Amino acid sequence: MTDTKGILIYCETQEAGLTPITIEQLGAGQKLATQLGEEVLAVLVGSGIDEKSAHECIYYGADKVYVIDREPLESYSPELYSKALETLIERIKPSIVLFGQTTVGRDLAPRLAYKLNTGVTLDCVDLTIDPSSRLMLQTKPVYGGKAYGVYVCESKPQIVTIRPKSFPPMEKNESKKGEIILFDLEIDFPSTRAKVVSREKEKAGIQLEAAKVVICAGRGVARDDLGLLRELANLFNGAVGCTRPVCDDGRLPPQHQIGLTGKIVNPDLYIGIAVSGATQHLAGIMGSKIIVAVNKDPDAPIFRVAHYGIVGDYREVVPSIINKCKELKKVFSDDRNYCHA
Amino acid sequence: MNLIVCVKQVIDPEMPPAMFEIDSEAKRAKSPSRTSLVINDYDEVALEAAVRVKESHGGKVTVISLGDDSAIQTIRQCLAKGADEGILIKDSLFEEEDRSITAHALAAAIKKIGDFDLIFCGRQEADWDASQVGIGIAEVLGIPAISPVRKLEIRDRTVVIERIVDEGYEVIECPLPCLVAVDTELATPRYPTTKAVLEASRKRVPIWSAGDIEFDASKIMPEGKRTRLLKLFKPEFERECELISGESPEEMGTNLVLKLREAVPGLF
Repeated sequence: MTDTKGILIYCETQEAGLTPITIEQLGAGQKLATQLGEEVLAVLVGSGIDEKSAHECIYYGADKVYVIDREPLESYSPELYSKALETLIERIKPSIVLFGQTTVGRDLAPRLAYKLNTGVTLDCVDLTIDPSSRLMLQTKPVYGGKAYGVYVCESKPQIVTIRPKSFPPMEKNESKKGEIILFDLEIDFPSTRAKVVSREKEKAGIQLEAAKVVICAGRGVARDDLGLLRELANLFNGAVGCTRPVCDDGRLPPQHQIGLTGKIVNPDLYIGIAVSGATQHLAGIMGSKIIVAVNKDPDAPIFRVAHYGIVGDYREVVPSIINKCKELKKVFSDDRNYCHA
Repeated sequence: MNLIVCVKQVIDPEMPPAMFEIDSEAKRAKSPSRTSLVINDYDEVALEAAVRVKESHGGKVTVISLGDDSAIQTIRQCLAKGADEGILIKDSLFEEEDRSITAHALAAAIKKIGDFDLIFCGRQEADWDASQVGIGIAEVLGIPAISPVRKLEIRDRTVVIERIVDEGYEVIECPLPCLVAVDTELATPRYPTTKAVLEASRKRVPIWSAGDIEFDASKIMPEGKRTRLLKLFKPEFERECELISGESPEEMGTNLVLKLREAVPGLF
């Protein structure tokens, strides 16, 4: 693709508007757009997309918002969504397309790259423009976070996904002006080969990847003590995850597993309880802003990556953490009530 | 049923960071000992899934791997665990850094194999973690790809799949042929029997070059239009851990919370 221009952001929505990762994509996109002197373009794909979402894209920095609203696009279908985006990209020729590293983004980005005969880099944690080539330098963890690679793609558009919480979210500006364009998709949708026959919800509570506080159960945590960890997590509206051995013996279901073969988390606070720190687990937590380890073994590898550590038995330490947190929370809420009175 | 499994040999992801070294000049991890090369664990699950389909529906499992001679060891492990045939795809043209080349090369090898009903891949790799080869192969072959998959079942000429999504899973029906990229949730890989290991060690593993699979990189993506790795570096992994002091475990817990109140803005 030649004569490309603009940073296209693939936006995802939830009930309360744009998803947090979308706002981070818009922030990353704005930075690149400034470096290149190009526009931020947003695209919303779906059926019955509300106007609010389109306006939000503008408030978060988009100069133009393309809305692709067709009934068959009601829920995610790889074949239909990639067809819709392929058509849009061929028409508007963006130089860069940014996805979130989400269930949809990680599926859609490579499909588009192969359809458009260009490259794709998934799970980027840094993006910047090389001033001489004006190409985007794409940094991503490799070897399970033990190393980082900086990639460049010489064909356009340059397609990437970004890892959640790796880029500062865009600030909202409700006086920002932009254009909303209903993209007329004059294509017949193919009848899809892969058909979704049902959707089952099974996970309740906070998503591990989105949680600001993650409490992680290691091999040493007894099944009966998982409730204690949940209590701690609940104090901060956080999530409980675990290491592989905890899933392997069925103490927690597989979707709780954190690490290279599970979820990659990057919360503000990660507390590992009786987690020794196997390499593949550490690969999944290194993006955490603050890492805390509680372990009886002072030589546990996790202490080599933790900011704060307690060498001790979690059965004695965790209850006192919970008590102190409750006490502080109470003081804070009392303060707030007092102020409002 | 003709079942094809794409596997990759990787540096053991369990290797401690202290032992992990990179060659920043060559922009790759330093070649470790043979023992620290393992099959990518998602791919091992992909193999298990394929062998189970063969066991219940009959057919043949062919394993293909793109790599250097050391990958033959990985292919033999797959043969020991139930694969019927293994092929190594090896050529200096298949550079590591451009994932689209890997996908095109594997797709070309699959075309040479000819008949296939279901292709199995792991959802991602433990080394470069490009997470796109499976989808890439399917796009090149023009067949549906479903990823990540945690369960599958064959009914007539249709595969019924549970695909993992954020809030649970989707049940998808897809006609064959198609490609599935599997998650480790799908199955626990088996251990091979001694007899199977011995038999696998005697099996011939053909090596196909770029020419053998009629692969022409310049046709796929002209020179200078590829993804290139500019730099590989090791982040500072180790940090000074501040151990929280206290007379008792209870006091340590309390002191930790006071510390976190300062260190984590907005926690309370």
